[in-house]
Amino acid sequence: MRDEQLIEAIERYLNGDMSADERKEFEQLRREHAEVDARIIEHQQFIGLLKQYGERVALEKRLNAIHDEIDVHAIAEAVTIHPSWIVQLWRDHHSKISVAASIAIFAVLATLFFTGYLNNNNSYTELGRKVDILNNSNKRIIKTIDDIKSSQKPLPSDKYRGTGFAITSNGLIATSYHVISDNDSVYVQNAAGKSFKAKVLYTEAQNDIAILKIVDTSFTGLGAIPYTFKRSESDLAENVYTYGYPQDSPRYGDGRLTSTNGLGNDTLDYEISVPINPGNSGGPLLDSKGNIIGIVKGKETRLEGVHFALKSSYLLDAIKNIPTDSLTRTPVLNTENELSNLTRQQQVKRLRPYVFMVKVY
Amino acid sequence: MSTESKSSAPTDSEIVFGILNNSENAIKRLYVAYFPMVMQLIVNNNGTPDDAKDIYQEAIIVLYNKVKKGDFELNSKLKTFIYSVCRRLWLKRLSQMNRYGGDIHDFQEYLSVEDDVEQQGERDIQFTKMQSALQLLGEPCKTIIEDFYIHNRSMQDICESFGYTNADNAKTQKYKCLQRLKKLFFQQK
Repeated sequence: MRDEQLIEAIERYLNGDMSADERKEFEQLRREHAEVDARIIEHQQFIGLLKQYGERVALEKRLNAIHDEIDVHAIAEAVTIHPSWIVQLWRDHHSKISVAASIAIFAVLATLFFTGYLNNNNSYTELGRKVDILNNSNKRIIKTIDDIKSSQKPLPSDKYRGTGFAITSNGLIATSYHVISDNDSVYVQNAAGKSFKAKVLYTEAQNDIAILKIVDTSFTGLGAIPYTFKRSESDLAENVYTYGYPQDSPRYGDGRLTSTNGLGNDTLDYEISVPINPGNSGGPLLDSKGNIIGIVKGKETRLEGVHFALKSSYLLDAIKNIPTDSLTRTPVLNTENELSNLTRQQQVKRLRPYVFMVKVY
Repeated sequence: MSTESKSSAPTDSEIVFGILNNSENAIKRLYVAYFPMVMQLIVNNNGTPDDAKDIYQEAIIVLYNKVKKGDFELNSKLKTFIYSVCRRLWLKRLSQMNRYGGDIHDFQEYLSVEDDVEQQGERDIQFTKMQSALQLLGEPCKTIIEDFYIHNRSMQDICESFGYTNADNAKTQKYKCLQRLKKLFFQQK
């Protein structure tokens, strides 16, 4: 039997197409010939696999057809667990974010490095300088506050506060009370720049008068006082001048006696048109003959060019009122005016040694 | 998974009898009912919707064959069986792609279905061999073999559609084609 006929017979046998006789005959053949049996089994298995393969292909076709009817995208969307937007942002852009962060960190470090911020010494000195600056500005602020405070008093200054003038050759000096009030210690400095320690001998706060006494051991006395003290009241429009220390060097100023009454009709004072400055306080007011007619006192802050001086009669009273136990001997005032026939320049030159800068600490 | 809980969700026995009776509708209802569950498993474990389709269809075929063979026992839910098979198949796929991180995000209970998956794997290898043997066979042999053995057409029909003068010529041709197919099939490794 040819192989082709055998295969055909096997197929007919397996499909059940054989007649009963044929079938008996073929089964007889199968029993007798083992190779025929093997061929039958082999063919059966192979064709079975082929059929199963066909079924599989058909089934896959059916499943694909079903799948095409499903809205896959919607289902995928519905079942996907969506992380929060920030996680999503991180997942999508983490490489970019990392690069940006690295650049930022590098830039910050580079800036710190080049500006010397990472150098501890530098930052320390910088800080020190800042403290200095703060201290200075603090001092300035305190000074400004002091200036504002003291400007409420007439003619103040802080370290050196005013002017004084000798009333006797043994070192009694007259000045304004407000110059030396609330002091610790008082020094007077003469025109030559020499300082002498002084003590407050007598004060009359209500009249703004203070009498100082030079107590310094180096003080040897003044020469004879060239000026006199006028007790009577001076006349209106009298030519008057002042001499004092509004700054380190002496300053002369002149003007007229503009009123015999002071601020608010106060009979203690003269009103004068001499320009005076803080530091002039306590200085002498003289008339054209070289008589002391007053002690420079203060100015009217609301009116320009209006200043005041205490009348000399109050000074003379105060001198008289000095308690005798605080004096070694009663003060003797000069009665001989050496200035009356001199020119103004000469008068001022003679005045020089007798007018002092009063310094209060 | 709202899609799954729709009223159209078929009972397990409906599906099993539907498959045994070659019911087109039963397979469709089965397919629609559990696809979202598998989609959820795959897309939340580094897969794409296309991966979900492949894995799910493979699992349906495993179930189909098991039911056809008659050894599917309704002692577990169909849903759990499908999920377990998909899970097993996907783990296998992930490790093949070196994408398995040792951790899988589960959404259902699952059974051990390794035997079923293994059997399926062996059969798939045979089918792949058959497919490539048929491709190598070329026309007209491929169509003759498919028509006769798979589509069960009669030799008479084949003879006519291929224009053979008589049935014997067609039979000889078919015999030669089958011999060549066997040779091609067994030559493959």
